[in-house]
Amino acid sequence: MGVGIQVDKLSAWFGKTQALYDINMTVQANHATAVIGPSGCGKSTFVRCLNRMHETIPDARATGRVRIGEVDVYNGTSATHIRRRIGMVFQKPNPFPTMSIYGNVAAGLKLNGFHDRKRLDEIVERSLLASALWEEVKDVMHKKSGASLSGGQQQRLCIARALAVQPEVLLMDEPCSALDPISTGKIEELIFQLKERFTIVIVTHNMQQASRVAEFTGFFLLGKLIEFDKTEKIFTTPSDKRTEDYITGRFG
Amino acid sequence: MPEALAATPADFVTAPISLRRRITDYLATGAAVSAVIMVLVPLAAVFGYLVYRGIGSINWAFLTQTPKPVGEAGGGMANAIAGSVLILLIGSTVGVPAGIGAGIYLAEYGRNRFGDLIRFTADVLNGVPSIIVGIVAYGLVVLVQKHFSALAGGVALAIMMIPTITRTTEEMLLLVPTVTREAAYGLGVSRWRTTLSITLRTATSGVITGIMLAFARVAGETAPLLFTAFGNQFWNWRINQPTAALPLQIFTYAISPFDEWHRQAWAGALILIVLIVISISAVRIAASRGMLKGAN
Amino acid sequence: MTGPQPVEPMEVVAEVQSAPLIKMGGSLWPDRLFSWAMLACGVSVLALVGLIIFELSTKSGLSWHAFGWRFFFRSEWDPVNDQYGAFPFVYGTIVSSLLALILAVPLAVGVAVFITEMSPTWLRGPLAFTTELLAAIPSVIYGLWAIFVLVPLLREYLQPWLAKYFGWTGLFEGPPYGIGMLAAGIILAIMIVPIISSITREVMTAVPQQQREAVLALGATRWEMIRTAVLRNARAGIMGGIILGLGRALGETMAVTMVIGNRAEIAKSLFAPGYTMASVLANEFSEASGDLYLSALVEVGLALFLVTIIVNILAQFLVWTVTRGTPARGNA
Repeated sequence: MGVGIQVDKLSAWFGKTQALYDINMTVQANHATAVIGPSGCGKSTFVRCLNRMHETIPDARATGRVRIGEVDVYNGTSATHIRRRIGMVFQKPNPFPTMSIYGNVAAGLKLNGFHDRKRLDEIVERSLLASALWEEVKDVMHKKSGASLSGGQQQRLCIARALAVQPEVLLMDEPCSALDPISTGKIEELIFQLKERFTIVIVTHNMQQASRVAEFTGFFLLGKLIEFDKTEKIFTTPSDKRTEDYITGRFG
Repeated sequence: MPEALAATPADFVTAPISLRRRITDYLATGAAVSAVIMVLVPLAAVFGYLVYRGIGSINWAFLTQTPKPVGEAGGGMANAIAGSVLILLIGSTVGVPAGIGAGIYLAEYGRNRFGDLIRFTADVLNGVPSIIVGIVAYGLVVLVQKHFSALAGGVALAIMMIPTITRTTEEMLLLVPTVTREAAYGLGVSRWRTTLSITLRTATSGVITGIMLAFARVAGETAPLLFTAFGNQFWNWRINQPTAALPLQIFTYAISPFDEWHRQAWAGALILIVLIVISISAVRIAASRGMLKGAN
Repeated sequence: MTGPQPVEPMEVVAEVQSAPLIKMGGSLWPDRLFSWAMLACGVSVLALVGLIIFELSTKSGLSWHAFGWRFFFRSEWDPVNDQYGAFPFVYGTIVSSLLALILAVPLAVGVAVFITEMSPTWLRGPLAFTTELLAAIPSVIYGLWAIFVLVPLLREYLQPWLAKYFGWTGLFEGPPYGIGMLAAGIILAIMIVPIISSITREVMTAVPQQQREAVLALGATRWEMIRTAVLRNARAGIMGGIILGLGRALGETMAVTMVIGNRAEIAKSLFAPGYTMASVLANEFSEASGDLYLSALVEVGLALFLVTIIVNILAQFLVWTVTRGTPARGNA
């Protein structure tokens, strides 16, 4: 039940420094799209512009148009509203330290005024199942705090938390970069399954990961979108020389 | 090049450090150690005397009775202890919310020049002599009401509490990592909700510590109460009447000519210092156990 | 994939998705109101300073008009005849604070040097804690101790000794009451050591380790290293700490009031009783009858306020240049 994302001439600044230059991209519904590129190329900034997280940084701004499904992200609706429809998973797992596992998953709902206990229990269970964490925590989720889990589990908790508010789009900013290979593997399998129901955009610096989980890939360099195509094509016969240089490891 | 090096006398490198330099080094160490001793001695003396002179007079009567008239033995400081609590409570009703609010402003909205102005002002306010705060509270409340009161004392303490609580609250909120706030924003939680339910909630133990430190500091203040709460030999629970306070009582008794009152002054001082030491130690223990960290 | 494939939950999730759970309505007002409320709290800090200045200025107007600048240079303090001159208090404040600084600075810096550079690691924490404890003792308790322990000590031992060996300086003349400027200076010194020491420690710790190592590598003794690498680099901050201590001494009320003798006199000898600006306020404010009397006292308060503010601003600035603006801890 995901929706597509249409990005037109998106530019972004940090103060006076421009970070993104006229990005145009179409993200397909119910598919995973990877965003790759060397450090500092703007891939995180791009993704954070999709749910207006970019503007939480002082002096940051963005211009252009982003449409998620029918909704214009920047015109006509507040940032808070748009973020309820888009889930985000961050680079370093960031469960809320004072809340239990249950509390963490339910946080998005409770803080937005949803308090029906029975439905909450249901949704928490579904979300933890969907993020493959349920079996490991179902007995302790009320007692243990979110922070007491291992790194990989914490990240799955954050995924469950994001899923609980039932977004249409899931943004993932290098979700595995702080995790060990086994946890990474689990999360990649998760993404594989989630993309049937959600639209996923995943930032990654790991090209193998991109080729494993995503159907489409966009290559960013110095704030510009150099190439955007099916993942297979990007990694086998890229059209732009810069893309080829990057994926063959000549830089980055 | 090699000639320049050869100019350095061979024995400069191999000669032992001169006696003068070594003696200076020892003397310096000795001076530092004596400084430490000279500072520790009054501390030990003050605490020692407090216990020595005060402990004998602390009994149930002291803790539960009001002062007896001059010349009579016995009586206690119960009303002073209660009065201190009352005045502290009155001060907190304004001082704590305002301080926390200002701290929230500085941490969440005030990372700019205006915020710097407030920060600077708070630090400066922390250095204003407490007697001046008393004068201000006098002008604001006592002159208007035409009498001394616990309310005036509370106002004075509130003025003193606000800058302290502001800075400690800000410090604790800044310890909460940005990613925790971002996690909440990412879920579509509004900013005010995030600030209260996530950021402040995460920093709660630290903020409470800051408040306790502020309490410990103002609880021992006498000067701002001299002409606001003024003191009272009897029980008083009404905020519009002069009220006794523990430091005030200690002061009045200490400068009096009566031995009996001197004895009680020591006892009162011992109680006051014990309460302060307990709060400070509790804070330090909490800090060392990591309960103050914004996130683990 | 560990565990069973969670196919059904995904379908259920899909079902539930069609009915939005969270209301999408709502306005920006809660956020706006909240930020205004927090701003108001922040502004209240500024308002407090404004309030203090306002109260002090308006209530001292009467005295200002009566005596002008000369108020601070006259010595006559006569409530009966409504003649007021604050010079004795200014003098007393300066002398007691200066004496306190002279005594406290070497001690405070010495303690700081010991804790930061010389002390074994296990001793550092307890020592630091004890100096902080000194800072937490309320003024009135210092005063109590000073009256009953320090003053007799001065009277019986220190003052006669000083008079015998240093009386020729003129600073130690007159009957050894115990109570007086010397007692005030000593108790003030004890009280300001912790703050000077803690700032000094802070700025000394801020000096990078590489600086120390560079000097040691040249073959310096430990004291030489401390002198050249640490103290020299932290100079501005230590100065700031000293000035902060001065600020504290200037405004200190209770302990000084209890031992200085409270006599508006100017004398060269440290044995003589005196009066400070803070003490005259503590002693006479609640009994001040008459508008001019009260106004004169408030004017003394205004002067004290302005002086301490300026001193504190200077000190904060100096400390800030070394520690680069980390939040200054309230001096508890």
